[in-house]
This record gives sequence, C-alpha cells and structure tokens, in this order.
Amino acid sequence: MALTADGSEQKELTQTPLLKIWVPWMGCNLNRRRGSSVPQFCNSPTMIVMVGLPARGKTYISKKLTRYLNWIGVPTKMFNVGQYRREAVKIYKNFEFFKQDNEEAMNIRKACAAAALKDVTAYFTKEQGQVAVFDATNTTCERRAIILNFAKEKGYKVFFVESICEDPEIIAENIKQVKFGSPDYVDRDIEEAMEDFVQRIECYRASYTSIDDDKDRKLSYIKIFDVGSRYLVNQVQDHIQSRIVYYLMNIHVTPRSIYLTRHGESELNLLGRIGGDSGLSPRGQKYANALATFIKSQNIKDLKVWTSHMKRTIQTAEALGVQYEQWKALNEIDAGVCEELTYEEIQRDFPSEFALRDQDKYRYRYPKGESYEDMVHRLEPVIMELERQENVLVICHQAIMRCLLAYFLDKPGDELPYLRCPLHTTLKLTPVAYGCKVEPFFLNIEAVNTHRERPVNVSVNRNQDEALQTVPDHI
Amino acid sequence: MLDNEDFVLDTSPRELTQNPLRKIWLPCKNGHILQRRVCMTNCPTLIVTVGLPARGKTYISKKLTRYLNWIGVPTKEFNVGEYRRECVKIYKSFEFFRPDNEEGLKIRRQCAMSALNDVRQYLSVEGGQVAVFDATNTTRERRGTIVKFADQNGFKVFFVESQCEDPDVVAQNIVQVKLGNPDYIHCNTEEAIEDFMKRIKCYESSYQPMDETLDRDLSYIKIMDVGRRYLVNRVLDHVQSRIVYYLMNIHITPRSIYLCRHGESDLNIKGRIGGDSGLSARGKEFARNLRKFLQEQNIKDLKVWTSQMKRTIQTAESLEVPYEQWKSLNEIDAGVCEEMMYEEIQENFPLEFAMRDQDKYRYRYPKGESYEDLVQRLEPVIMELERQENVLVVCHQAVMRCLLAYFLDKSAKELPYLKCPLHTVLKLTPLAYGCKVESVCLNVEAVNTHRDRPENVNVQRSTEDALQTVPAHF
Repeated sequence: MALTADGSEQKELTQTPLLKIWVPWMGCNLNRRRGSSVPQFCNSPTMIVMVGLPARGKTYISKKLTRYLNWIGVPTKMFNVGQYRREAVKIYKNFEFFKQDNEEAMNIRKACAAAALKDVTAYFTKEQGQVAVFDATNTTCERRAIILNFAKEKGYKVFFVESICEDPEIIAENIKQVKFGSPDYVDRDIEEAMEDFVQRIECYRASYTSIDDDKDRKLSYIKIFDVGSRYLVNQVQDHIQSRIVYYLMNIHVTPRSIYLTRHGESELNLLGRIGGDSGLSPRGQKYANALATFIKSQNIKDLKVWTSHMKRTIQTAEALGVQYEQWKALNEIDAGVCEELTYEEIQRDFPSEFALRDQDKYRYRYPKGESYEDMVHRLEPVIMELERQENVLVICHQAIMRCLLAYFLDKPGDELPYLRCPLHTTLKLTPVAYGCKVEPFFLNIEAVNTHRERPVNVSVNRNQDEALQTVPDHI
Repeated sequence: MLDNEDFVLDTSPRELTQNPLRKIWLPCKNGHILQRRVCMTNCPTLIVTVGLPARGKTYISKKLTRYLNWIGVPTKEFNVGEYRRECVKIYKSFEFFRPDNEEGLKIRRQCAMSALNDVRQYLSVEGGQVAVFDATNTTRERRGTIVKFADQNGFKVFFVESQCEDPDVVAQNIVQVKLGNPDYIHCNTEEAIEDFMKRIKCYESSYQPMDETLDRDLSYIKIMDVGRRYLVNRVLDHVQSRIVYYLMNIHITPRSIYLCRHGESDLNIKGRIGGDSGLSARGKEFARNLRKFLQEQNIKDLKVWTSQMKRTIQTAESLEVPYEQWKSLNEIDAGVCEEMMYEEIQENFPLEFAMRDQDKYRYRYPKGESYEDLVQRLEPVIMELERQENVLVVCHQAVMRCLLAYFLDKSAKELPYLKCPLHTVLKLTPLAYGCKVESVCLNVEAVNTHRDRPENVNVQRSTEDALQTVPAHF
C-alpha cells in the first residue's frame, strides 16, 4: 500500500474478478459494494402486512410481490398464516372454525400468527432476509397492534397492504380460481365449498375494521380498492416502499397472455459465435414466417409486439407485418471483450474468465460487458410495462428471455442462467391462479442448439477438454 | 404443427437499414426509410392541476414538465395566471378574484379558454404529447368544461389535485414564490401576504375538491399535505403511471445535491475518452480537497454515490465515508471508440466523428451509446435523487451533463455541450420554482476535456476543420 503525503496509508483499489467491481481491498464486505439496482437503503428489514377479508386477493398479491422483489434482488419471503393453521389443525371441517366465539380455534389461530412472526424474526436475523410478507386477514385493530408492537420491538419497518372489494362477481371468481383448489376443500364438491367459504367470510366481517385514515394516519400503508381502480397511499417511508407501491399500482388481473420467443436463428448462431448484431439465417427467416402464421392462428386481441434494437429480432418482427416497438433494454447481454467469439476462442483467450463464468453464471460480468444480474436491472422497466399491458409478444434473445422467464416462473438466480430457451420455440405464458401456465410451441423449423450446460469442472485450473465439455455443436 | 412445405417465403420482406446516426435498424423499401412510431401514449394527455392558491400547483406543473421533457416526452405548461397578467396589465388587489366580480370572472374565463386553445395547438398541431394546464380549476363546472374540451379533441385527461390545510406550509409557499411574483412587485411583504390571504379566501367558498364518488370515473391523483398521503384513481396508461410514480417520489424538504466528476484520470491527461483508468496525481489531490470541502460544508447525513468505474471510486475512497456504487452512473459507452483520442477517431472513423457533431444528443457510438440512451439509464438515478435529501454524486462528464440538464431544464440540444470541467463541484439547491447553482472550483489544475461543436460538421470536412475544437492534451 502506498503512503500519501500526510503519512496515511492509501488503499489500492482492486477489481473483483467475478463481479468486476472495484473495491479497496480483497475480502471486504462485497455486499455493500455490489451497487445493485436496488440501492442498499434497507437499513432495517421491512414487514409487509396484508389486510382484508378472505377472497380479496391477499395471497395473490403476496406471492406476486414476493416474486417481484426477489427477482429485482431484494431477498423476500412470504409467510402465509393459513398454512400454519393447516399444519396445526390437520383436517379442516368447516367454517365453524372461524366463528368469533370459537375460543379453542381462536387460540390456535393466535398461536399460528405468533409462530409465523417468530419465523419472520428468524428469516431476518439468520437468513439475511430483507422483506417479509405477512399474509393473513389481519382485519382487527387488535391484531394489527400486536404486529406493530412486535415490529417496533425488533426494529422492523411495517407497511400495510389492504385490499378492499365488494364486487360480488370478483369475489366469486376469486373463490373459483383459488379456493376450490385449496387443501381445505379438496374433498368437497363445488357448491358445498362455495357455500362454506361464503360463511367463512361472514365470520370475519363482523369484526372487520379497515385501516382508519384518521386514527392510523401515522402508519404506512396502501389501500387497494376494487382490484386497482383506486388507491390510497399513506406515509411512504423509503425507497423499497415506494417501489412496492409503484409495482402494486401497475399490476392487474385482466386475463391475457404473454408470448416470449427468441429471434430466428442468426448467421452468428450458426457459427457458434455469441453476441454481435448479425441478420437471420435462411432457417431463421423461415421461423419468422412460421411465427407470423402461428400468431395469426392464435387470434390474439390487440397484440403488442416488442423487439430489441438488434437486427435479428427486428427482422423476425418484420415478417409479422404488424407494428412493433423497439426496446434497447431488450438487447442481448453485452459480452464485452468476448463479443462475437466462439466458446472455444473464449477458452483459448480468456480461460480464467471462462471458468469464473461457470462458477457463478448469474453474477459473472464479462470484461467491459454485463452480467445476468445487470440485465435484470435493465429489464425492470420492461417487466413493469409487461405488467401494465395485456397481450404482448416479446421477440428477444437467449439471456434476456431467461431473465424474463425467471421473473414469470419465479426461478432463483442460480437457475436463471440455465433455463432452456431454444431457438424457434415460442412460450405462451398465461397467468392462472397464483402462478403462470406455460405452453411451449416449437414451430418445426430446425435450428442450432445454443444452450451450454454448466460443465462438471469449473475450477480455473481445469483443462481445455473439461472447459469445452458442454459446448453445443456448430459450424 | 406446421409443415415447412406449406410456406411460401414472403414475397418481399422489408430490407433493414441501420440509421447511421442513431444506429437504429429501420425497414426500408426502395431505399426509403419507413418511419416507425414509438410512443408512450396513443393520444395526447392533458394534465389539469386542481387546488386553492398557494398549494404548490405551479411548482408541481413546472417540475413535472421538466421531468417529462427530460425523459423524452414533449411537454409544455400553460399557466392561466400568466394569461391573466397579459390581459390585465396591472394587478390591483384581491378584489379581482371576488366571486361576485362579474368583469373579473369574464376575463378569467376568457383567459382559461385562450390557454385551452393554445393547448389544442400544442397537442394537435405542434406534436406535443403532454400539456399541463396550471390553474385553480376548483369548481366541478370548470373541470367539466375541460373534460368536454378534451373529449372533443381526443385528449386524455389526468387531474392532479393538491390539498393542504397546514397554515405553515401555505405561509412558506407564499413567502417563497408569491412575494417575487409580478403581481406583488410594488408591495411590501406585509401588504402582499395580506392581499394574498384574501385572494385565497375568494376561492374557498366555491372550492369543490375531487370527490371519490362524484368523480369516480375521472383519472386523478389527489396529493394531501405535501405528499403525506395520495389518493389515486383510474390510472389509464403508461404516461399516467409514470407521472403518479414521479409525483409520489418528490418532496420539498430543503436539501442540496452536489455534482462533480471524478478527479483527473490518467486517460484524461492523454486526451483519451472512456476507459477505466485510475486517478492522476492531480486527480488524487482533488479527491483530498473534495474531502476538506465537504467537511467545511458540514452537510447533514450526506449520501455519496459513485459509478462502478475506478476513477470515481478512487475519488470517493478519499472521502472516507460510506458510498454506494451505481452501474447506471458509468460514463457513456463509446463502443469502438473507447480509449481513443479525438485525433484517432477522426483518423479511423471520420464519418462517425462528423455525425456526432451533427446531432450529439442522438448520436450513438458504434456498439456504444448515445446521450439519449444515457438519459434513459439515468432515470432511476434521478428518481432516487428526488427521494433523497443531501447527496454527492461523483460521476463523469457525459453523465453529469445529463443530470445537470435535468435539474436546470436544459434542452437536448444544449445538454451535450454543458460545461462540466474537472475539479469543479456544482452545488444545486432547489429554490422557488427552480434550482440555485453554486460552482466551486477546488483549486487543483486539470486538463480541459470540453470539446465544443466545431463550425464545420459536414462529413466531407477536412481533418483540420474536424479537430478545430479538440482541447489540448499530451
């Protein structure tokens, strides 16, 4: 270390080999230096507390929010008190369990909530969680006060999300979509289940106190009315709450489908070269035409088509004969110094980079390029707009499609870079219940395989054969 | 399943050609480039402010207009008060605003109509996308007129209501922006405040706030108590969603934003652009002086942000405080021109060099970025800067130009030529409707890296003409 004029030691900067981040010395706390898209402003962990009668979409919102926060890099976990109850009371008999005057049941329910809160603490303190979503009805002031006290004691921030809806059609639809499949009703027929559930809701209604805009004005919360037609937002405290509000205000439940596909096979694909900005190969052009036919056959209402700024996605879109929008954010991962190289060349010229990439493909950043983690950050506005939209076809690239797919299918960082997104296959994603239905459509045009699995040996000392073990064939 | 044999290859898939300036692939037939429309909204949007006087409507209008223009949505504000001042040259007193002043009412209605006409001109003829109609609009009747006008012209309407009953906030507002207002130029402070309070009273009796029930089919956001609470109803599209997000992130707590570049770097000295070099000896001295400067400024809870490039991080390291690295703050990617001198760019890519001078904002380096791209990637930084209080941003020349253009409302044309010399800190403090800028040079010599637009931007110009404005270097 060099000494400066005033005698103090000046730390040299060194660039971490995997993330390509400059840090004062090796081994310092890399978490603080990651510079991720979500600035590390979460000094204290946050509890998101759902509020609302049954069948108001609390679990739907909880799961979706958890998925989104994890995808953007905020470690988040959901705690569904109903599940704790199912653990405690193995068999659900009927709505009488939820009656106000059922003391035994009340005790069990209180104990379940307490157990869930205990797990929240464990998540924050032992598992480095940053956000916990506490999914329960939380319909009484008393219950909310318990949670507030708990959070205050531990130094957690609290943000309430209340869902208010009195539209009988929406509620009925909700019950159909998610309650019939619930373990509670697995042995009932539909009419029985519906009737029981309606009674269940009534059990809560008498004691339901909505968050009070006057008495609770010091609390931080968002009230969602009628599935998003109106929102009341109070005392947003920090960045993460602001992002949560923005997200909640952009999601909707209108049925629609999202189609994801890569561009048609490109000239560089054929040569086994990564990146670049080449045009479609003849087979790629055939795929574009096949895609046009397929899309027409799907008879999609008001389809929006998005491409990247790269020639191959635009050429593919051109074959559809419809208007499309170009997003720079959908450009393929920038492979920096490795642009347009084959894997063999990367191994030859940058063997240790090649090995590092296999060690942690999600966080690995190409020299003068990007990482998957960087891409997730730049794709966030795309995801936000996808949430706002209805029917959309996204024509993109392998790494991009993996990131988008991981968002919809809730895949973690270590699986994301290995998701299979072959050429000439369109994925149709349709939201269903709490998740997403995926239908793959292979449009019967042959193409090279561009999927490289993680090889067995990822050590920087591995030999060439081991490094190239999983490289797919090419010209 | 589809069979290959069934396909007849499309008779003439449109050829793609890459626009040489923006490096965007566009379809062309017979050599003609076909325009593609990219827009955030399908139809223009009319934002209508609502609220009693001194509730921050003009502050919000101007800020929102500045933000939307910066992110590339052509926006213009129409302040009805200004139309009134045009019409009634001299403001006498609050009596003009009395609800029983027939003549006053007539003039005010005319002014509103005149402003709406200009809105129509802007949105339908001049290609504007958003118009901000800044007036009190406190009656349902007036708002109904505007909605009808918008319907007739195919504009979407989004109301922004500001409600505040905190007398301190209102008083502060009056002091900050009303006393300097042309209406009160000849009054002393006490007179002005007294008159203005009476003016507010004139509106109070007829004020009909947006109502959850009566106005449930309208799109609006109601801002209560300067952002403590928001009511958002029927957000229709992307632009409205972005506006809501922005309005929910801004605040008026006094604070300062410090912008500076990294200390002089080794590549700076050589006249080379981009790259990821470390600080020169003078750059390190700047970093030390920066530390002293910040200590003298005695800033409460200062956050420090850098890019992920070595030179900004080295600069921040000298400050000996925690800092946050943002990849979004990285310098513009000069693609194939990275680490070149301007002389080398001229030698190897004379065409590119000329096009950059023709439209520096939209010009994208081959395999690199444009200023326009930079603005897009800096938007989350701006959003977070709005949320924060005291922040020091240690960044780069092009990045600093983009951020400065946002705060000082500079157009796309001016942005790439804003002067952001090395070793100079800009302290930005929000004031009234704008931003006060204090420039502090920390007294350490550095190379000049500012290259002005040369006279000759023609692709056929001589080397000498091209290099006319290149600053001196080793």
